[in-house]
This record gives sequence, structure tokens and C-alpha cells, in this order.
Amino acid sequence: MSNTQAATSEKPVFYLTEEHHPENSTNLGFWIYLMSDCLMFAVLFATYAVLGRNYAAGPSPADLFDLKLVAINTAMLLFSSITYGFAMLRMEKSDKSGTLMWLGITGLFGLAFLAIELYEFHHLIQEGATPQRSAFLSAFFALVGTHGLHVTFGCIWLVTLMVQVAKYGLIEDNRRRLMCLSMFWHFLDVIWIGVFSLVYLVGVLG
Amino acid sequence: MFTNTNLMEFIFGRLSWSSLAFTHDPIILATFVVVVIGGSAVVGAITYFRLWGYLWREWFTSVDHKKIGIMYVILSLVMLLRGFADAIMMRTQQAIAFGANEGYLPPYHYDQIFTAHGVIMIFFFAMPLVTGIMNYVVPLQIGARDVSFPFLNNFSFWMTTAGAVIIMISLFVGEFARTGWLAYPPLSGADYSPGVGVDYYIWGLQVAGVGTTLSGINLIATIVKMRAPGMTMMKMPIFTWTSLCTNVLIVASFPILTATLVLLTLDRYVGTNFFTNDLGGNPMMYVNLIWIWGHPEVYILILPAFGIFSEIVSTYSGKRLFGYASMVYATVVITILSYIVWLHHFFTMGSGASVNAFFGITTMIISIPTGAKIFNWLFTMYRGRIRYEVPMYWTIGFMVTFVIGGMTGVMLAIPPADFVLHNSLFLVAHFHNVIIGGVVFGLLAGINFWYPKAFGYRLDPFWGKMSFWFWLTGFYFAFMPLYVLGLMGVTRRVNHFEDPSLQIWFIIAAFGAFLIALGIASFVIQIVVSFFKREQLRDTTGDPWNGRTLEWSTSSPPPEYNFAFTPVVYDHDSWYDMKNRGYVRPLEGFKPIHMPKNTGTGVILSAFSVSLAFGLIWYMWWLAALSFIAIMVVSIAHTFNYKRDYYIQAETVTATENARTKQLAEQA
Repeated sequence: MSNTQAATSEKPVFYLTEEHHPENSTNLGFWIYLMSDCLMFAVLFATYAVLGRNYAAGPSPADLFDLKLVAINTAMLLFSSITYGFAMLRMEKSDKSGTLMWLGITGLFGLAFLAIELYEFHHLIQEGATPQRSAFLSAFFALVGTHGLHVTFGCIWLVTLMVQVAKYGLIEDNRRRLMCLSMFWHFLDVIWIGVFSLVYLVGVLG
Repeated sequence: MFTNTNLMEFIFGRLSWSSLAFTHDPIILATFVVVVIGGSAVVGAITYFRLWGYLWREWFTSVDHKKIGIMYVILSLVMLLRGFADAIMMRTQQAIAFGANEGYLPPYHYDQIFTAHGVIMIFFFAMPLVTGIMNYVVPLQIGARDVSFPFLNNFSFWMTTAGAVIIMISLFVGEFARTGWLAYPPLSGADYSPGVGVDYYIWGLQVAGVGTTLSGINLIATIVKMRAPGMTMMKMPIFTWTSLCTNVLIVASFPILTATLVLLTLDRYVGTNFFTNDLGGNPMMYVNLIWIWGHPEVYILILPAFGIFSEIVSTYSGKRLFGYASMVYATVVITILSYIVWLHHFFTMGSGASVNAFFGITTMIISIPTGAKIFNWLFTMYRGRIRYEVPMYWTIGFMVTFVIGGMTGVMLAIPPADFVLHNSLFLVAHFHNVIIGGVVFGLLAGINFWYPKAFGYRLDPFWGKMSFWFWLTGFYFAFMPLYVLGLMGVTRRVNHFEDPSLQIWFIIAAFGAFLIALGIASFVIQIVVSFFKREQLRDTTGDPWNGRTLEWSTSSPPPEYNFAFTPVVYDHDSWYDMKNRGYVRPLEGFKPIHMPKNTGTGVILSAFSVSLAFGLIWYMWWLAALSFIAIMVVSIAHTFNYKRDYYIQAETVTATENARTKQLAEQA
């Protein structure tokens, strides 16, 4: 194969003479990060499962949650995942302005989700259902709030990426970053489905 | 809340002159003076020799896994001295504080010391040392040029350092937690620990935890994606295998610690009721969660040590490792089992016979794969041509000591026995038995083993053996009496005793601690002596021990790019295989090598993390807010830098490789 090995061709090849390019690890690394994040949510879900009925003579989910509002909120987040998918499809077509447009719409859905969540928190606190009131409310605010914080960081990241795509185009680095944010965004969606089912549906109907 | 705020309170939060611990404690004052003098001497020397630029360019901002590994090891050894100072203070106090003699450490101070000792030894000695050795060795063993995410590696190191800095600040400014190393609530809650101690604990661990988790992700991706061609999973060196399992454990357990500490933080800062006694809180929830992290944590520490011993045993016995496949399976089984034993740390919680039986049995099952490992090492030595170099001393010392520790562990795994021994000195003796006899011996063996690779000269064997014998005998003198005391019912974390008949055991234990001090001193002397004798101890071959894995195929120290050409692997002892089958070192045809560029972002982010933590600990909200904004701005700015790599020119590679060729020729 190589010059040095040619003389002793029966010997095994012990090194590559060409530049070796290991596979890019970013997708794997980011996926492992998401799993570690998933474990943080697992702790919060477990805490909610254990403490979620300790109302301490305070309000219970049935007293507090407005399923219609939460359904609208859920729709916002699910739509944002779909529009993110459209952005990725535009990216595959190397359509920079299309990608940016769908990313923008995704961001608006994300902000709508956050606004509704903040309204809900505000409303709860007005009613005296503060995080300090009972272990149930502590666990509720911690779980839902952590998800909300993640969406907030997702929005900041989204804006940053939009600036970078606008400035440098759909170059390889930016495509990889869009892919990572895409995984992050869908991951938050999946977590929200857990929150919606376990906290809101089971809380009000269960 | 803001009605009676004045300007001083706004600026300094809870901080005042009386917070400075050395103003009212002579011991801390003396320490402070020594640290100031020592620190000024170091800073002065660096300034005098104009080394700041060199350190910044070549080390602090470096993304080279080898340099980062060495910095981790230095950090851990510095923290070992701090953690050991705590240990010797406790041993001295317990040896003298009987009857009318109150000793020299009041409970307020003593409680901080045992907490700091545990936190520092686990998080800032053992963890960085493990991570440092993995960082240095793993990419070399798998034939890679660096880790998957070199910048992240640098950032992880600096976050770990930031955590250590936060813990060290607590020594002089304010106080440290008085709760024990896991800070159980409700004791660690706002009601019973209103001061800054627990807050130092929380933020120190959170900041360091970011580094640990990211470094875990990094090394998993590295091992999965960057192995040399031909190195299938079952051809990986055993140390790489144990590192992989350890990093899987890190990624699968540290997020639990992070989330649990966040909940404790909310209880303390916001007034939520996760772990309080009233309004529905449940302190045992914390204890469960913290041990779901805590038990895997001890395997995070011991698995790499097992890997180090495996490499050492087969190298110095001149044989393939006995039962490579069974070793891999044993490692993986331990990895999985370590997740389903956490409750054995609190059988006394009262979860009932069935639950306790389940966790008792799973705990006992762990001793099976561990026992298999011991036999594998013994069979590797059997009929081997054993060379008794220093790492081999540590390995044999480990095998004897660790078996004792393992057996007392199985005793503690029996729930009824545990009800008697829980929180006693027997437990303290047990976990020091496995951590010193396993982790510390393993890491010191590893340092002796890979030192020539990292620095180009071997460590002096005489002082290495002195260090070993002092550590070994010191360990037995220090901890065997604690087994006895524990069986007599003496509990841990007590700073004064009434019964004079117990005193002799504590005096023996203190004697043991002083022997260990001599062991540490010998280790320091070993490093200094070796530096001065470096020409005599020089390793020009790159392979001083007749090694078996790829790191020994490089020069000592390896070039920046590790391998001029990526090796191709056929066997798990691949370097041994290459030597046996007529490997010829390539001498020409070098190509430019693609490498990552250094960056200062990690240092900057870590500095802002310290100020963020400091602001949060002292309620200096403006500082916390500004630091947080700074972190965000620096992080985002960093992502606008797309040019993060460069090429080492082919001429440079050729020159480096030619120098090595010349060195090898001279030595032949």
C-alpha cells in the first residue's frame, strides 16, 4: 500500500499513510448531552411523582389548572416543532431565506408558549398558589419552570443561530448547529408531552 | 424585602468584616498567613521568571488533551494536600479530646473540617485525578490525536478548577458547610444552616459538576468515535474500557446530583418545600436522590483504578491480561449494578424488609464481578515474569487491602448487621479501606506508570517505594482501629469522647495518619528528586516498561499531534502486537496535520462562574446578575468564532519525527 510497506508486502499494515478523518462526533455528543438533560427532568418528574399529592391543606391540581389554557399552550409548542421541521427541510434545499423564515416562526411560537406559561404562573401566584405553599406546588413549579427555562435558552440560541445563518449562510458549521438545536427543540417537546400528561391531565382528570 | 435595604447591604449582601474567618480563629489565621506567603512566592516567582505569557499560551488556553490531563493531576494533588490537612487535624483532635480535654477544635470548626475533608477528597482530589489520567491516556491508547471536543475539554477543566476555588474561598471568607459531605436536609436547609456554608457547598459542586458532566460526554464521544481503524470494542485496551464505563456513569449520574442540589437550592433561596419538615416536604427524598448519584460515584472512581491495575499487571508480568473478555463483562456488569444498590446507604430509613432485602442482595452480587477481577489479576501474574517496579508494589498492596475492604462491604450489605453498624466508625473504616486501598493506590500506581510517558523521565523508584510502604502501613494503622471502634459502637463525626478506654485506638489511628503524611511527603520528594535526577532517569525509547498498548508507541513525551500517522490495530495489546510482528516506524511521507487552536474562552467563563457563585453565596445580586450576563455574552461571542483549527506543517512534523529517529538511533 504505502512506500515503506511495499518492500515487505506480507507484513500487516500498521498505520495509515493518508490523513485519517474520524467521523464527526457532534451529533453523538449532543445526543448524550440531551440524555443527561433528560435525567435532570427524570429527577424532577420523580420528585413530582413522590411529592405531587402533598397539598398541605392547600390547593390541588383540580382547583388550579385550566386545561383549555394548557391545551393552547401545548399546541404552541407542538406547532413550533413542526415549523422547526419545515426550517430543516428548507435547509436541506439550501434555501437560506426560507430557513430563516421558518426559524423565525418557530421562535414566535416559542415566545407565545413562554408568554402563556408566564401568565399561568402569574395567575397561580395571584391566587396564593405559590411555590412555597406546599410540596406539590414546589414540585410543580420546579418541573414546569425548568422546562420553561429550557425553552427560554432555546429561544436565545435560536436567535443567535438566525444571526449566524444570516451572516455566514448555510455553511457546514451552521447546518450542524441547526441540527443540534433541532434535536434540543424536539426534545423539549417530548418532555412537555410528559409534563402535559403527568401533571395536567392526571392532575385534573385522574 | 427591599424596604430596609441600604447601600452597603446592596453592594456586599451578607458579607462583612466579621465574615473573614481568620479574624476570629487562630488556626485559620495561621493557615491564611501561610497561604498568603506561599501564594505570593509562587506568583512572584512566575512574574520574576516572566512565565505568565508562557503559562497562558502553552497551558491555560491549551486544548491539547495531554496538557489538560496534566493540569487536572496538578489540581488534584494540590487539593490532596488541603484534604489531608483536614484529615490530620481530625485525627489529632480525636486522639486528644477525652474527658476534661476538649481538644483544640470546637464542634463548629470540627464539623466544617469533616465536611470539607469529604467534599475535597471526593470532588477535588479523586475526581480530577481520575479525569486527568483518563484525559491523558485514553486518546493515546485509542490512537487518536485529541478528544472529540477539545475546547469543551479545556472548559471542563476550568469549571472543575472554579469549583475548587469556590471551596477554597470558603476557608477564609465565611465558613463551610457543617453538614457532612452529602449535606442531608433538613440539617442543610435554611432553618438549621442559615449561614453561607451550605451555599458554598452547593455552588462549588454545581460549578465543578458542569465540568465533570461535559468531560464525561466528551470522553464517551471520543472513545466511541475516534478509535483507530481496526480497534473494535473488544480490542480496546482495558483501561479505555473502564474509562468508557466510568464516563457513562458520570453522564448518567451527575445530572441527578445537579438536579437534586437545584432543589435544595430552591428550598434555601426561594423557600420551597421539597425537603423541609412541614408543608409536605420529604427529607428522605433528598437522601434517595443524592445516593442515586452517590453510589455510581464510587464506581466512577474505582473503575478507572481497576483499569490501571489491569494495564500494570499485564505489563509487569509480561503477559496478556488473563480473561480480557471476562474483565470487560465484569466492568459492564458493575456499571449496571451500581445503579440498583443505592438504598444500602440508608437501610435504617425503614423502607421495610422486602426493599432492604432487594438492595442487600444486589449489593452482595456486585462482589461477584469484582471478585472475578481479582482472580483475573492473580492469574495474569501466575507464571508471569513479574518485574517488581513501583506500580507493581501498589497493585499488590491494593489486591490485599481491597479484598479486606470488599469483605467488610459485604458485611455492611446485610441489613440487620447494617442496623448495628450504620453511621459507626466501622463504616468510616470500610469506605476508606476501599477508597484508599482501591482508588488512591490505583491512581498513585497510574502516576508512577505513566509519568515517564508524560514527562520523558521515570520517577525515582527508591522514594516511590518509601511512599508505598508509608501509605500501606499508615493505612492499616489508621483504619484498622476504626473497625474495632465501630464494632464497639462508636459513631462517626464526633469531636469529643468521655470513655477513656477508647483513647488508645484513636492514638493508634492518629499514628497511622502521620505515617500516611510521610507517604505523601515521600511522594512529593519522589517528584522533586526525579526532576533533579531526570537525566539519569530519562526515557529515550518512549517505551520504558516494555508496554503493550498504543501510548507506548509514541515518544516520551508524545508530540503535540500524538501520532504522525494513524495506527491500524489488530489486537487489544496492539503495541505489543506491532513490536512482535515487525513494525517499522515510518520515516518519511509526513503530511500536514489538522489540529484545534487554543482558546482563552474556558478560563474567562470559569472566572465569571466563580464571581457568579460568590454573588449568589453572599446575596450580592448585582454581582450574580452581571456575572451571569457576562457568561452569556462570552458564550455567544465564542460561537461566532468559526476558525478554530490550524495545520501543523509537514516540515514541522518531519523535523519532530527526525529528532525522534535520531534519539532512538543514539540509544541503540
